[in-house]
Amino acid sequence: MRKVLTDTSTSDVRTELMRSSQQLGGLTTGVVLNLIIMTDESAQYDAVRAASQAGREHPCRVLGVIARDTHSVPRLNAEITVGEDAPGQTVVLRMYGELSEHADSVVAPLLVSDTPVVVWWPTAAPAAPATDPLGVLAQRRITDAAACERPLATLTRLAASYRPGDTDLAWARTTGWRSLLAASLDRPHGEILAAEVSAEDGNPSAELIAAWLVGRLGVPVRRVISAGPGVTAVTIATADGDIAIIRPDGRNAILVRPGEPDRHVGLHRRDTAELMAEELRRLDPDEVYGEVLALLAAGAGTGQPEALAAASGEE
Amino acid sequence: MSNPLRDPRDRRIPRVAEPSVLVMFGVTGDLARKKLLPAIYDLANRGLLPPGFSLVGFARREWADEDFARETHEAVRQYARTPFREEVWAQLSEGVRFVTGDFSDPAAFDRLAETVAKLDAERGTGGNRAFYLSVPPSQFPVVVSQLERSGLHGGPGAPGWHRVVIEKPFGHDLASARELNDMLGAVFPTHSVFRIDHYLGKETVQNLLALRFANTLFEPVWNRRYVDHVQITMAEDIGINGRAGYYDGIGAARDVIQNHLLQLLALTAMEEPVSFDADALRAEKQKALSAVQIPDNLATGTARGQYAAGWQGGKPVRGFLAEDGISPDSVTETYAAIKLGVDTRRWAGVPFYLRTGKRLTTRMTEIAVIFQRAPHLPFNATDARELGQNALVIRVQPDEGVTMRFGSKVPGSAMEVRDVNMDFAYGESFTEASPEAYERLLLDVLVGDPPLFPRHEEVEVSWKILDPIEEFWAAGGRPEQYPAGSSGPAGAEALMTRDGRSWRRL
Repeated sequence: MRKVLTDTSTSDVRTELMRSSQQLGGLTTGVVLNLIIMTDESAQYDAVRAASQAGREHPCRVLGVIARDTHSVPRLNAEITVGEDAPGQTVVLRMYGELSEHADSVVAPLLVSDTPVVVWWPTAAPAAPATDPLGVLAQRRITDAAACERPLATLTRLAASYRPGDTDLAWARTTGWRSLLAASLDRPHGEILAAEVSAEDGNPSAELIAAWLVGRLGVPVRRVISAGPGVTAVTIATADGDIAIIRPDGRNAILVRPGEPDRHVGLHRRDTAELMAEELRRLDPDEVYGEVLALLAAGAGTGQPEALAAASGEE
Repeated sequence: MSNPLRDPRDRRIPRVAEPSVLVMFGVTGDLARKKLLPAIYDLANRGLLPPGFSLVGFARREWADEDFARETHEAVRQYARTPFREEVWAQLSEGVRFVTGDFSDPAAFDRLAETVAKLDAERGTGGNRAFYLSVPPSQFPVVVSQLERSGLHGGPGAPGWHRVVIEKPFGHDLASARELNDMLGAVFPTHSVFRIDHYLGKETVQNLLALRFANTLFEPVWNRRYVDHVQITMAEDIGINGRAGYYDGIGAARDVIQNHLLQLLALTAMEEPVSFDADALRAEKQKALSAVQIPDNLATGTARGQYAAGWQGGKPVRGFLAEDGISPDSVTETYAAIKLGVDTRRWAGVPFYLRTGKRLTTRMTEIAVIFQRAPHLPFNATDARELGQNALVIRVQPDEGVTMRFGSKVPGSAMEVRDVNMDFAYGESFTEASPEAYERLLLDVLVGDPPLFPRHEEVEVSWKILDPIEEFWAAGGRPEQYPAGSSGPAGAEALMTRDGRSWRRL
């Protein structure tokens, strides 16, 4: 059921949430986390939809926060959705005027108690997620460098302000690649000499994979610019030959190992809902991300990206 | 050599099996179509199968690889849990093969060996094989000896690992269980034999371990000082559904109690394992099972029944003795209830009641721990008349979850206490993420992680519990008739009434 409250207050929103839940048979009990989404009008729809899809796996109370016209009289509009197409509850809060600078005063009373809090910035990332007024409410803070204007600069900035509990969707996008790479080194292989990551220019996930490889393998890692989409290949050079995963089309990858036939493997680019579902699966700090981010900021893997010759023919 | 890219703190990277070939016997059966093949696809879809993973079907049917791939595709489309993705299917179907043959035909197994060897070369599966025997147990010996004859079982010096997966029943008594184990043991080492008990792959059953050993709330009361008794139930609403050949002569106790219910009992009663690795867990389960005592008087401590014609879920259904393929004088039980004791300091004097049956009121599996009444109630006698015993119920299926029942004041001016339920439902808190039991178990086989598979020692100690009861039943008498759709025979009710207790409603 959907309900719109205009020029309302936090306590009215609370009352309405409780009433709609009771009418639907007490759905609050099933909520396993609070998800705050800091968004704007244009990104709101997609972000809330992705959150409620992820909510199939992790039913949550979604609080969408949208700052509107900062010059108007401070007021709050709320749009409450309970039990429509996904478990959990969704409240979109539109804050006008000065109120938008005090979003935490609206959000904090609406959090389900005894339940973890996650905050997600689907577009612009704050300078320091952990000290952001809403960030301090949360134990997990999710940014998306790829959605920011200057993805690589954003990652560097996030590295400087990193606190345990920060993560980024650019890191979640690397999981499929990293799983395959890890699996390919489960079997005997020659000594590892170097590695190479090919991706579009400015792709933050590629930088994270490169930094991860530098940290784990301790070999030089070259960043190669390709036409995309996203990351197109990762190659690990060993004494026996190259182990490579090549994904030219963003869907199907080819796994190459020396002395073995090439194998196909599905490696599709996941949508935001899937990435969020992965992010929400564990709420403890992702230490590995923290380390990789630090390495990246220290210059590992990035260096000067070397442009791939246009004639390479890989695409 | 350890893998530099693996880090135990990196929880995003899943456990992925090594490249391997899964050879499935009995691939045209119902279980394969509805559960196993879809589970394989779901694993692939979740990125848990390695590139190069190959599936070989073996059956009598005259199929080419494409026919089998098409059937698998069909089964996946119909029964898979996760959405269908063309690229995942493309990856999977590249490694699908089919070998036509009879189990008695050595040439067919030679063809199978060739097929698998070719897959090793084409897809880099490195000699890793798992053989899934989804066939009646009477066929196990011939399949296993053919595997040995054709060299498919590996043997000393062969590269890769070789595992064999079998499903219940693991024998029909202690002697036959040992025979089966000796037969398998002659070809495959103990740690390569995986006995599938799909109940142990269910999230709720694993959650029992989390509930008991991750919390401080339950363990202090998990003993004879607080627990009155434990009821473990597996009720089915279906009949024998054309499985007469398998079921007649086996019966409910051998079919369900020996494996599923005794495993659930072991997990409920066992002490805390020192770790969750296979050996530590099995040691505790086995200790609990070896402490199990059967009742002194088997006539009053057990009950058995056969469903008679009746109405089940709004439909008239036949009685067991009228089912096709069942002899009208069959004494096979379709309902069995047993009272057991666990002779340990923790459980002395606490009865464990196990019951299972077909054609009962509803389909339900649960473990109910019923607590003692409070020793003193500071209320007027009438105030707490509606207060029952506190209970903790682990619902295994359907509607997986945990219920806690306790007394609460009824709103109003009078002090009146009544039972209420506090509920945790898996479906609500972690929707759709719960993998099917077979997904988990198949992955465990391919990864080689055995904690959820009973070892032969557990199987044997379970038969030791059941054999005397089966002998007593075989010695005389007939199972009582109970109407289909009811909650079981009168004798089962009497078993509880004698102890001043009652079964939980189905």
